[in-house]
Amino acid sequence: MDFWLDPLVQGILLGGLYALFAAGLSLIFGVMRLVNIAHGDLIVLSAYMALTTSVTLGLHPLAALVLVVPFMAVVGYVLQRFLLNHTMGGDLLPPLLVTFGLSVIIQNALLMGYSADPQKLKAGALETASIAAGPVSVGVLPLILFVTAVVVIGLLQWMFYHTALGRAFRATSDRQDIVQLMGINRAHVFGLAMALALAVTALAGVFLGIRTSFDPAVGGSRLIFGFEAVIIGGLGNIWGTLAGGVILGIAQTLGAKIDPGFQVQAGHLVFLIILAIRPRGLFPRID
Amino acid sequence: MADALLDINGLDAFYHDFQALYGVDMQVSQGDVIAVIGANGAGKTTLMRAVTGFLKSRAEAIRWKGQAIGALRVDQIASLGIALVPEGRLLFPSLSVEENLIIGGQLKRKGPWNLKRLYSLFPILEERRNVPATALSGGQQQMVAIGRALMSNPELIMMDEISLGLAPVIIKSIYEALPSIVGEGMTAIIVEQDITKALAVSTRVFCLQEGRISLSGNSADVSRDAISRAYFGV
Repeated sequence: MDFWLDPLVQGILLGGLYALFAAGLSLIFGVMRLVNIAHGDLIVLSAYMALTTSVTLGLHPLAALVLVVPFMAVVGYVLQRFLLNHTMGGDLLPPLLVTFGLSVIIQNALLMGYSADPQKLKAGALETASIAAGPVSVGVLPLILFVTAVVVIGLLQWMFYHTALGRAFRATSDRQDIVQLMGINRAHVFGLAMALALAVTALAGVFLGIRTSFDPAVGGSRLIFGFEAVIIGGLGNIWGTLAGGVILGIAQTLGAKIDPGFQVQAGHLVFLIILAIRPRGLFPRID
Repeated sequence: MADALLDINGLDAFYHDFQALYGVDMQVSQGDVIAVIGANGAGKTTLMRAVTGFLKSRAEAIRWKGQAIGALRVDQIASLGIALVPEGRLLFPSLSVEENLIIGGQLKRKGPWNLKRLYSLFPILEERRNVPATALSGGQQQMVAIGRALMSNPELIMMDEISLGLAPVIIKSIYEALPSIVGEGMTAIIVEQDITKALAVSTRVFCLQEGRISLSGNSADVSRDAISRAYFGV
């Protein structure tokens, strides 16, 4: 029994990271129907930003969040207002292609700036600290990560349903044209949505960088994990996204238990099975 | 017409290469209730889209209190105090009835309209305030759409085909509520297919035909014959 319990717990905790990957994707797709192919690379960019900040200022990577999160939020707002907004309107394809281009640009800029060598954010003793919980030992870092993910998702949910901004996001998601009759500047709302999404992305990037080593090319698979978590959970349901991340995480750690080479593939397989059985995800938004 | 609230002057409107409005002139003064009538495709909704900014036009073609607004964005025009009840209601499905009303008041313009006053005008909305807006009947949804526009305390409210697709008894109750909406000096433009209704509630009437104004006058004075000619162009 313990044989399965350990990967199960690790999988749940890993799911927190995937939920953070997915939350930003889910938010911008939900509000403005934008499929952001560069999302994974923006996660990696955040990790590099944290690397530079923590190395030059001698900060702990988690402390670097104080700078990286607002920085990425500003990047998101500027990116949306001055680039992506010009590609939006009706057709899904132009913004998708532009974010694809953005993905290529970010990867190559990182290659030029940081080389292809794998990097890692050094979090000191935190990386190896663990607490024993019955038969399994739980890493402190994965635990912090998971709690952060739950808190972030809870805050997003609260923001969506209890604030004027959240109301504007939902109304924009419903009817992009009519919402302007309410005196709401759609371009600004889009900018805020991207800013918020990239703030969450920054969190995800820093945790990714502490957890594993990264190089400029790893963005693509983070994008896939994010997409899978969103689809498993059901589009438009933010708690579902957390569930999707957890399911993906468990599938991967159980897969790795069966055969270390099977880890990523097990996640993809579970994703495909769920997509085949429940094409709208496990917890689609009811409307 | 220096005192016109809304002054439309030689307005042309296009959907790509297709011209939908040709040199439309319309002056609306404070307190007017204007009826815009015309057959399907005559350009009534296009006129609403141009005034609200969904269709860009020459800046000077539309003036609001003297300011050229033809080239402004939709949200900028809305914040000046021009509200639209769109054809087909177009409520926000993921928002509750009350949230639809609150977002209508997002601009926080000062004025007589607030949730309390709306609920006393349409008591059924208070009863159903927490259900999704699209769970209501068509007539109740129309009340929400009107309420959403009123919540911004507009100086000009435009209503596009508010009786379309509703049962006659519902239409009657909505039109009965109109005087208490426009009674306090609010200016209104009402687009309506039902000519009798349009003439009954309005002070002046404009008829559109193939993108041009084919008739305008005081609602009390225009003859049925003149309207028929203006409507059908025969």
